[in-house]
Amino acid sequence: MTQATNETSWFAKRITLNRIWREHFKEYYAPKNFNFWYFFGSLAMLTLAIQLLTGIWLTMHYTPSAKDAFASVEYIMREVNYGWLLRYMHSTGASAFFIVIYLHIFRALLYGSYKTPRELVWYLGVIMYLLLLAEAFCGYLLPWGQMSYWAAQVITSLFTAIPVVGAKLALWIRGDFNVADATLHRFFALHVIAIPLVLLLMVWLHILALHTVGSNNPDGIDIKKNVDENGKPRDGIAFHPYYTVKDMVGATVFLIIFASVVFFAPEMGGYFLEHANFQPANPLMTPDHIAPVWYMTPFYAILRAIPDKLGGVIAMFSAVFIFFLLPLLDRSPVRSMRYRGWLSRTALTLFAISFIGLGYLGAVAVTPLRTLAAQILTVIYFAFFLLMPVYTKLEKCKPLPERLT
Amino acid sequence: MKKLTLLTLLLIPFITSAATNYEHIQSVKLDLNDKASLQRGAKLYMNYCAGCHSLQYMRYQQMAEGLNLVDSDGKVAKQAVEKNLIFTQASIHDYINRAMPKKTAADWFGVNPPDLTLSARVRGTDWLYSYLLSFYTDKARPWGVNNLVYPQTAMPNVLWSLQGDQLPVYHIKEVTLNEQGKPQKVRTIDHLQRVSNGTMNEHQFHHAIRDIVSFLAYTAEPVGLVRPHIGFWVLLYLIVLLALTYLLKRAYWQNVK
Repeated sequence: MTQATNETSWFAKRITLNRIWREHFKEYYAPKNFNFWYFFGSLAMLTLAIQLLTGIWLTMHYTPSAKDAFASVEYIMREVNYGWLLRYMHSTGASAFFIVIYLHIFRALLYGSYKTPRELVWYLGVIMYLLLLAEAFCGYLLPWGQMSYWAAQVITSLFTAIPVVGAKLALWIRGDFNVADATLHRFFALHVIAIPLVLLLMVWLHILALHTVGSNNPDGIDIKKNVDENGKPRDGIAFHPYYTVKDMVGATVFLIIFASVVFFAPEMGGYFLEHANFQPANPLMTPDHIAPVWYMTPFYAILRAIPDKLGGVIAMFSAVFIFFLLPLLDRSPVRSMRYRGWLSRTALTLFAISFIGLGYLGAVAVTPLRTLAAQILTVIYFAFFLLMPVYTKLEKCKPLPERLT
Repeated sequence: MKKLTLLTLLLIPFITSAATNYEHIQSVKLDLNDKASLQRGAKLYMNYCAGCHSLQYMRYQQMAEGLNLVDSDGKVAKQAVEKNLIFTQASIHDYINRAMPKKTAADWFGVNPPDLTLSARVRGTDWLYSYLLSFYTDKARPWGVNNLVYPQTAMPNVLWSLQGDQLPVYHIKEVTLNEQGKPQKVRTIDHLQRVSNGTMNEHQFHHAIRDIVSFLAYTAEPVGLVRPHIGFWVLLYLIVLLALTYLLKRAYWQNVK
């Protein structure tokens, strides 16, 4: 079919799908030097699709009541045809989503993708990350296992630390004095409809904002400054077919790793599915050791590192919300780490170490030495952001190339 | 709210009086593809455990299919299963529940014997294996036995007729506990020693326990038997797909730059 018939077809006259296809795929020019780090945007879309599809089928068999939730999950695991596969894909998908998103965020930090003119892309991204945390937190309660219950109990009780309204707020969130049937019902509603709906809207806006300003690249230079006679960037290539076929390779590699976990190690040694969660929730028995799933442990470690409850809660929430400030904190004249000085490079390395270190400390039981380590890493974590205006200004950057390298 | 919290706190010591002694956990290697072992495990479970411990998420029918308890025509051997493995009023399509009411159970044992369908995923197979091997004679306990792995356990040694008696062998160490610096003798259990035989010798008994644990590993995740086999084909498919997508990408990108 030629372009002409495409443009004048019955549908083309009535809906602008062709234009969308052109703007976002066929004539969207992306820098041609995307490397490994640029797979994670499309992989995030793939994991989202996996979660939505498996989630819909799980909803067909799951019962969101305190009495039946645990048994309905076991029913899915044992009696629903391929229910185990849906459930393992969904539980592995949750962890995979965070791995992909953390690498995606790291890419943005590495190449300065949050800097002008991509601030809005970044803000929308941080909003999506917050939504993803909320989505995962609500979803984690649904199996109604011991760890589901107590993790929700601990996190919702954090709100009681807020002066004056705290206790009322916790009560309002839970819908009961403790995490109970009412909590499960509302978390289910949030998990299956409210949050995913907003998340999808944000994904759409994120891509729309990105395609308005164009993609960044490992060199962090603007490819739109150098265009040929047709107005097409000389260092750009059409997203379709070049990046669609490239992302297919990335997606297949991802699926190989994903399937390896789903079929051979779905519990992932207790990190993706925790042992204590195979025991039904028991409000009268606190587990010896309560820890959130691995993707939230860095923030949990920050919470525990601060001796004061309210202070800890503030530090924990600040650790997430501080990402919003990044475009304002970074004063560097260049975007990419390739052209920045040793200060920025050291800062990012230390930040990555602190994040992983806090993640480990948040997963294990507290000892005085570990608390001290968590406090040091918390300082490093915040220093990365708060000192950024200083060290990005101080350092000497390398000259930027004219064209992509 | 405050009253409820207080009540909860008061209850905790009673509920969590037992805790695992991880020092004495032994590791066990299981082979879930050994159907004969799973079948022996099921037989032992139904005869010695099922009276108190239900497998409430598991149906007899599904168990029979998973354990390959089939006739020559490949269908589940319904009569054989009902005759040899079902000791309640249940039909083969029912869940594996116990006959004992919850209230009575709690009165008899102090705690309600827990459902064991998922025990292998909660505790781990090493724990189950070590626990079942670690009962020893202790006259101070209500059932005359204590457990090295899970001290003060409420469970009697139901496999005693198979195992016989075990007694602890102590390890005596002098430690200085109090401020006056007076050394005290502290007695800890080093290991257990079999002092009389049941109907099985030590080797046979270890095998029997391994069969039970294998069976519980199976009930914790029945699909665990087929999951890796499906996974093999999925991975094979994806690897072929990777070769194709890579060639496609290379074909498109050869002229770039």
